[in-house]
Amino acid sequence: MVGCMLNDEQEALRSTVEEFAREVIAPVIGGYYERGEFPYEIVAKMGKLGLFGLPFPEEYGGMGGDYFAFCLALHELGRVDSSVAITLEAAVGLGAMPIYRFGTPQQQADWLPDLCQGERLAAFGLTEPGGGSDIPGGMRTRARLEGGQWVIDGTKAFITNSGTSITSVVTALAITGEQDGKPEISAIMVPAGTPGFTVGPEYSKVGWRASDTRELSFSSCRVPAGNLLGERGRGYAQFLQTLDEGRIAIAALAAGLAQGCVDECLRYAGQREAFGQHLGSFQAIQFKIADMAARAHLARLAWYDAAARLVAGQPIKTEAAIAKLTCSNAAMDNARDGTQIFGGYGFMNEFPVARFYRDAKVLEIGEGTSEVQRMVIARQLGVG
Amino acid sequence: MNIVVLMKQVPDTWSERTLRAADNTLDRDAADAVMNELDEYAIEEGLRLTEAHGGEVTIVSMGPEKATESIRKALSMGADKAVHVSDEALHGSDALVTSAVLAKVLERAGFDLVILGSESTDARTGVLAAMLAERLGVPQLTFASKVDIDGSAIAIHRLADYGYDTVEGTLPAVVSVVEKINEPRYPSFKGIMAAKKKPVETLTVADLGIDPAQVGLAASATEVVEWAKRPPRAAGVVVTDDGDGGTKAAEFLASRKFI
Ligand SMILES: Cc1cc2nc3c(=O)[nH]c(=O)nc-3n(C[C@H](O)[C@H](O)[C@H](O)COP(=O)(O)OP(=O)(O)OC[C@H]3O[C@@H](n4cnc5c(N)ncnc54)[C@H](O)[C@@H]3O)c2cc1C
Repeated sequence: MVGCMLNDEQEALRSTVEEFAREVIAPVIGGYYERGEFPYEIVAKMGKLGLFGLPFPEEYGGMGGDYFAFCLALHELGRVDSSVAITLEAAVGLGAMPIYRFGTPQQQADWLPDLCQGERLAAFGLTEPGGGSDIPGGMRTRARLEGGQWVIDGTKAFITNSGTSITSVVTALAITGEQDGKPEISAIMVPAGTPGFTVGPEYSKVGWRASDTRELSFSSCRVPAGNLLGERGRGYAQFLQTLDEGRIAIAALAAGLAQGCVDECLRYAGQREAFGQHLGSFQAIQFKIADMAARAHLARLAWYDAAARLVAGQPIKTEAAIAKLTCSNAAMDNARDGTQIFGGYGFMNEFPVARFYRDAKVLEIGEGTSEVQRMVIARQLGVG
Repeated sequence: MNIVVLMKQVPDTWSERTLRAADNTLDRDAADAVMNELDEYAIEEGLRLTEAHGGEVTIVSMGPEKATESIRKALSMGADKAVHVSDEALHGSDALVTSAVLAKVLERAGFDLVILGSESTDARTGVLAAMLAERLGVPQLTFASKVDIDGSAIAIHRLADYGYDTVEGTLPAVVSVVEKINEPRYPSFKGIMAAKKKPVETLTVADLGIDPAQVGLAASATEVVEWAKRPPRAAGVVVTDDGDGGTKAAEFLASRKFI
C-alpha cells in the first residue's frame, strides 16, 4: 500500500467483492432479511470466492492474504449488506482466527481447512447474560478438569454463528480456576452437537436479521482436555488480542455501511423529484450527501490506517479503538441522514437504506461498546 | 487440450457511451472499460473444459494497452497465459480486419478449440466466430448453450427460439457461447495473486508478419458514415382509471403492436 492507495492486487480483490456483492447479494438479501433467514446459499458462494480463507496461509486451506485484505472484503460487503458481512467477520475474525493463532497443529488441521472454505463456521462465546463489557467481572461460566475432560457449566449470550446448520465449533471462555486471587480464564473448544451443549432459538433482532445469533447453555458439558485452545489461564489475554483485531474488522464493515448510504442516496437524489426538481438540486440535500461522503471517507482512512499498522506488526490498540468508534459513528450518522433523504420510502423495509438504519445501531454495541472504546482510548492516552 | 479464449475489453454498458467526432470510432476513453460480459462465459467454459479434460487455457485479446486490466482479470479467473495484440495501427479495425489479425495469432499459437462470446456489447456484429472459422478452415459451432467434448468429437446445443439444435463437429473448431451456458466464477484472491506471475506475451502487427497498411480504419471494409445520439426518452402516457383503465391499457399495447 502506498499511502492510502490500494495496490493492484488489493484493488482487484476490492472490485471483485464489490461486483459479487452487487450481483449476488443485493438482489436477494432483502428477502432473507425480511424472513429472518440465514442465507446459506450466499455464504456458500462467499466460500467459493475464498472470502473465509482470506487472511490465512495456503497450507491451512487459506488464500494467503492478510488482515487488510479481509477488512477490504468486509468493507465491500458492508456497502450492500451487514448480515452477510458480520457472518464473515465473526466466522473469520472471532471463530477461525484464535484457532489459527493459538491452536495446536492438530487443532489447526482438524478445524481450519473447512472453516477456510466457508463450508463450516466457527463461533466465539465471550459475552454472558450478566455482562459483556465487564470481562472477566461479569463472567460466570466455569469449567473444571475431571477424568481427562473439561466439564463446562454456564450460559453465553448473543453468540454470532453459533446455531447454523454448518456451525462446527464454538470456542467458549470459561473460568478454570484462580490465579493470585483473580479468576483464571481459559478458552475451550466445544464442537457442535456435544451432549450438554444446548443452542437456544434465534433471537428476534432489530437488525442483522439474516445473521445467526443465539444464547448457548452448557450443562455438565464434557469435552476432551485437549480441547483447550492455547494456554490454560491465557484465555483472557488471547481474547484481548482477538478483540483488538476484530475492532478493525467491525470498523471496516461500518465504513462500508456508511459508504453504502452514500451510494444509495446518490442514485436516489438523481431520480426522485420534488417541487419539479431532482432532490439533488436542493442544497439541503447536497450538503447532507457531502457530509455523508466526508464521513465515509474519513471512516475508511481510519480503518485503513489501523489495518496497515496491524499487518506491519505495529501496536494497534489505540488506532483500532479509534477506528471502531469513528466508523460506527459514521455508520449511524449516515444511516440516519440516508433514511431522511429517502423520506417515507426510507422507512420501508424494501429499501436498502431502511436496512442500513436498522443495522447501524449494533455497530456501536458489538465487539466493545462505544463507551468501552472511549475507555480504551483514554487509558492508552494515560488519562483516568 | 489446448483451448484459446478470445477476450475483448469494451466500454461498460452502464456508462454513457459515444463515438469520437474525429473518425466516428468508439470513444474508449469516455467510459469505464470492462471485460465484454459474454467473454466471461467463454472463459468459464474454457476453464471447465480443461478442468474436465486437462490442458491449458490461453487468453487472446486485441486492444489498446488498457486491455491488460481485463487480461489480468481473465488470468485471475484461472486462465494459464495470455497473448495481447496491441498496436496503434489497429485503431478502427472492423470485424473483417480483426478476424484476419486474430486468425494469424491463432495459427501461430495453435489450438484444439477456440471459444468466444457470441458478440461484444460495443459493436454487436456477432460475426467473428464465422469469419475466424472460415479463415482457419475449421468448423464453426455458434450460439452454444452447452458444449460436450468426447475425444476429437464436439457437440453443442445451439440456442434457438424454439429451444435448441444439436450441432456436431470435430476438433479443432471455433465455438461461440451465449450466457445460458454457465455461471462465470469470480476471481478468488489466490487467483488474483497467481495472475501476477502468469505470462502475457505482447505482440505488434509486425510481430505477426502483417503489413500495418492492411489493418486499421483505412483498411477496413466497413465504415461508420454518420451517427446520432439516442433520442431522449419520450414522456410516457398516463392512463387515469375511470373504470375503463383496462381497456385503455390494452389499446395502448395494441397501438404499439405488443398485443
Ligand atoms: C447481534 C449481536 C451479536 C453479538 N455477537 C457476539 C459474539 O459472537 N460473541 C460474543 O462474545 N459476544 C457477542 N455479542 C455481545 C456484545 O459484544 C455485547 O453485547 C457487548 O460487548 C456489550 O455487552 P452487554 O450487552 O453485556 O452490555 P453491558 O456490558 O451490560 O453494557 C450496557 C451499557 O453500559 C455501558 N457500560 C458498561 N460498563 C461501563 C463503564 N465501565 N463505563 C461506562 N459505560 C459502561 C455500555 O457501554 C453499554 O452502553 C453480540 C451482540 C449482539 C447484539
